[in-house]
Amino acid sequence: MYPEYMHESLQLVDQTRQKRFELERSGKPVFPPMSADEREDVLKKFHPDYKKESRRLIHIGPNKGEEITTEVADILESHSRIKPELFDLDKPDYETDILIIGGGGAGCAAAIIAMQNGAKSVISTKLRIGDANSMMSQGGMQAAVTPQDSPTRHYLDALGGGHFDNKPDLVRALTEDGPEVVEWLEELGVVWDKNPDGSMYVLHGGGTSRKRMHSCRDYTGAVIMRTLMDEVRNHPDQITVLEFMPTVELILDNKGRCAGGVIYNMETEEYFTVKAKATIITTGGYGRLHIRGFDTTNHYGATGDGLVLAYRAGAKLLYMDSVQYHPTGAVFPEQIAGFLITEKIRGAGGQPLNKFGELFVFPREPRDVESAAFIRECLERKNGLQTPSGRWGVWLDSPLIEIIQGSGYLNKNFPAMVRQFIRYNIDITKEPMLVYPSLHYQNGGVEINDKCETNIPGLYVAGEASGGVHGRNRLMGNSVLDYNVFGRRAGKYAAEYIKSVNLGKLKLNHITAYENEMKKAKIRTDRIAPVLLPSYTPEEVRKRQLTAHYEGTLR
Amino acid sequence: MMAKKKKAAPKRAKTARTKKEKAEPKADPKQMVTVYIMGKLHKVPADATIMGAIEYAGYLIKRGAGCREGFCGACATVYRLPGDYKIYTGLACTTLVQEGMWLSQLPVIPAQKPVYDIEKLEPNVTAFQKLYPEIFRCVACNTCTKACPQSLEVMDYIQAAIRGDIEKVMDLSFDCLSCGLCAIRCPAEIVHYNVGLLGRRLYGRYLSRKSPDLEQRLKEVKHRKFDKEYKEFMAMKRDELKKRYYARDTEGTKGE
Repeated sequence: MYPEYMHESLQLVDQTRQKRFELERSGKPVFPPMSADEREDVLKKFHPDYKKESRRLIHIGPNKGEEITTEVADILESHSRIKPELFDLDKPDYETDILIIGGGGAGCAAAIIAMQNGAKSVISTKLRIGDANSMMSQGGMQAAVTPQDSPTRHYLDALGGGHFDNKPDLVRALTEDGPEVVEWLEELGVVWDKNPDGSMYVLHGGGTSRKRMHSCRDYTGAVIMRTLMDEVRNHPDQITVLEFMPTVELILDNKGRCAGGVIYNMETEEYFTVKAKATIITTGGYGRLHIRGFDTTNHYGATGDGLVLAYRAGAKLLYMDSVQYHPTGAVFPEQIAGFLITEKIRGAGGQPLNKFGELFVFPREPRDVESAAFIRECLERKNGLQTPSGRWGVWLDSPLIEIIQGSGYLNKNFPAMVRQFIRYNIDITKEPMLVYPSLHYQNGGVEINDKCETNIPGLYVAGEASGGVHGRNRLMGNSVLDYNVFGRRAGKYAAEYIKSVNLGKLKLNHITAYENEMKKAKIRTDRIAPVLLPSYTPEEVRKRQLTAHYEGTLR
Repeated sequence: MMAKKKKAAPKRAKTARTKKEKAEPKADPKQMVTVYIMGKLHKVPADATIMGAIEYAGYLIKRGAGCREGFCGACATVYRLPGDYKIYTGLACTTLVQEGMWLSQLPVIPAQKPVYDIEKLEPNVTAFQKLYPEIFRCVACNTCTKACPQSLEVMDYIQAAIRGDIEKVMDLSFDCLSCGLCAIRCPAEIVHYNVGLLGRRLYGRYLSRKSPDLEQRLKEVKHRKFDKEYKEFMAMKRDELKKRYYARDTEGTKGE
C-alpha cells in the first residue's frame, strides 16, 4: 500500500489516464522520441557512467592505461585466491574436453551443443546450475521472425541502441541466428507465447522498430533456463555439473593455450584442478558489485568473476567503461528495491509518468537514454516522488495496459509482476508502480569474435561475460538472445577446436606474473578476486567476529 | 495543492536519510521483531524479508539464495508461528518476518530426476507413466497446493498429468519456480515440479502450434537472403548508419 502522502499524485495518474489512452490509440508516439543530439545531451548530463568518479585508470594487464568502471578496475587490481606453487598440475583432479565456467543460460547452451558435436564437458558453477541472471529475465527475447521484420532491421536497431559501438560481426551473428534460436528452443520444449493461429506473439521493447519480443508470459528466462538445465541433466554421462564449485583461476599450458582451471569447493573449502582442452567462460555479469552504490536486478552470484580470471590470463576486455542501468527497477516497497520491473510493461503500453501524472519521455527509448531521462525528471526537475526511505521514483502506469489490451491482460501476461506487488498490497492492475533505474547489465566484457574466441587460444567466452555484442548499451531482449546465440556458438567452435589440440605442460605462471606486475605498479591492496559472493553482513556483526579471517568477502 | 506537496515530500525524505546515516544498525530499534533462525533467537528489523533477516543476523548464505527476487526457487523456507501448530512454507526472498517466527531454510530438496530423451517420448499419459509412475499414488490431499509459495494449483496439475492433459499441466505449472516445497510436503512422495517441467517441455515440443512465419524466415536465412544487406550495413561508416537508423520507421504498438 502506498503511503498517504502519495495519494494525491496517484489521483493525478488516474485523472490523466483516459487522455493518455486516447493518445496511445492515435497510433502516433505518445511522447516525441529524442533526436540523436537530445539523446547525447541527456546521457552526458544524467547517466551515471558520465560522472567523473565512475571511471578510473587501470594500471596493469592487457587494458593498462584505459579508463574503466571503477569497481571493475578494483576487482582486476586484486590478489588471487591461490598460491600457484601449492598445485601439482601434472595430476589434475578432473580431465575433460571442455571446462565450462558458469551454469547459466550460455553455459548450458554451450554444453548441449558441445555434446552434440562430440565433446564432453564439466560445468563448474558457483551456486546451483541455473542460478543466473538468465533465470530472471522476464520480458522476452528478440528475434526477427514476422514478415514485416528482418534480421538486418534487427541489426540496425541493435547498432543504434549500442551507439554504433557494437562489433558488426557479432551483431550479425546475434541477429541472423535469432530465428534459429526460437526454433531450437521450441524443439527443446520452450513454450513460447503464441497467437491462436500459431504465429509468434510479439511485442515492442525499448529501441525496437518492429515488434520482435518473444516471451513466455513474464517468466521468459525461467522457462528457457529450466528447459536448458533439464536437458543438461538428461546427459549425465556427457556433462558433469559441479555445483557450489566456482572456477577461481584459469590454467594455461606451456604454449599459452587455455588448459582448464582451478576450482574451489565453497563448502568443504578444497581446491581442485581441471584439465580441459578448451575452456568457455559463461560467468555472466557484475550487478552484485553494486556499482556507484546502485541497487541491482542481478542474482546473488553476479560478481564479475569471469572478467578477473580471463584478465589475469591475458584476455583483452572491451567497453569495460559502460554499465547498464535498467530504467524500471522497483523503489517501493523497500523490500523489493532494485527488483526488475520488466520492460515488457512498456512494450505492452505502460507509460512512465512524473508526479503530476504526465508523460515526460517516450516510453521506449533505448535503456540508457530512458534511464537518464528518469534521473533528470527526479534529480533536476524534482518531478519524481520520494519514498519514505528517501528513494526517488517515477510512476509506471500499469493499469493503462488493462485498458489498452483488455481486462485480465496483466494477470495472464505478467503473473510474476502482479505477484511481486500483491504481497505488499499493491494491485498493479489498479495502481501504478514506483520505479527508478537499477543496476542491470554489464555492457562490456571479454572481447570475442563471432566464434566466441578470445586472444587466448582455447579460451572462449559467451553471454554477458563477453563484450562487443551490445556496444555501449544493450537493448531489451538481446541478452536472452545473446546467451543462446553465443552459448551455442561457443559450444560448437570449442568442440571443433579440441579435435586438433594436444596440450603441453600445464602452468599457473600467469598468476605469479600478474602479482609481480601489481607489485611493479605499486598497487598495495588487500582486495581478493574473484569476489564470488557479495557481503551483506552488517558492520556491527563484523566487529564482533574477532577470530574470523576473511578472504575477500568469504570467511 | 500540488505545489505544497512538491516541497513537503523531499523534506520528509531528507530527515529520513540523515537518520539512516547516523543510526546504526539501520532500522529504528522500536521496529524490531524476535525470530528464531534454526532455533536461535535473533532480533531483526520488522520489515525484513526472511533472507534479509538471516543476513542481518550475521549469516553468510551459500546455499539458500539465488536470484533474490522470486524466480529461481533457491530459498525454500519452512516456519512456524507462535501459538499455531501449522508448518508454513515460503520463499526467504519474498516472505516477511513475523514476531516469534521459527524458521529454517532448506539447503537442497532431495529429489530424483529421471533421465529421458524428449525425442523418444509421446505427448500423452505414457510419458508420465514411464517417468513418474508415483503420481498415480496421489491421494488428492491438496497439501502441495497449500505449500506452494506461488499459489499454483499444484494438485490440479498432477491430476491433469494423471489424465494425460498436457496442456493443463503446462498452463497450471507455468509459473513454477522448482523450489520443491510441494515435494517435501507430499505424503505420496511425488516430485511435482519435475512433473510440471516435463509437461511444459512436452507441450512446447509437440503440442504448440508451429509458426508459419518462423518456418518462412528460417528458409530465408538458410538461403542467405539477407547477405547483401548485411554486407552493405557492415561496410557503412558510422554517419551513414546513423542516418539510416534515425530515418527508419516504427511499427505501432497495436500493429497492423
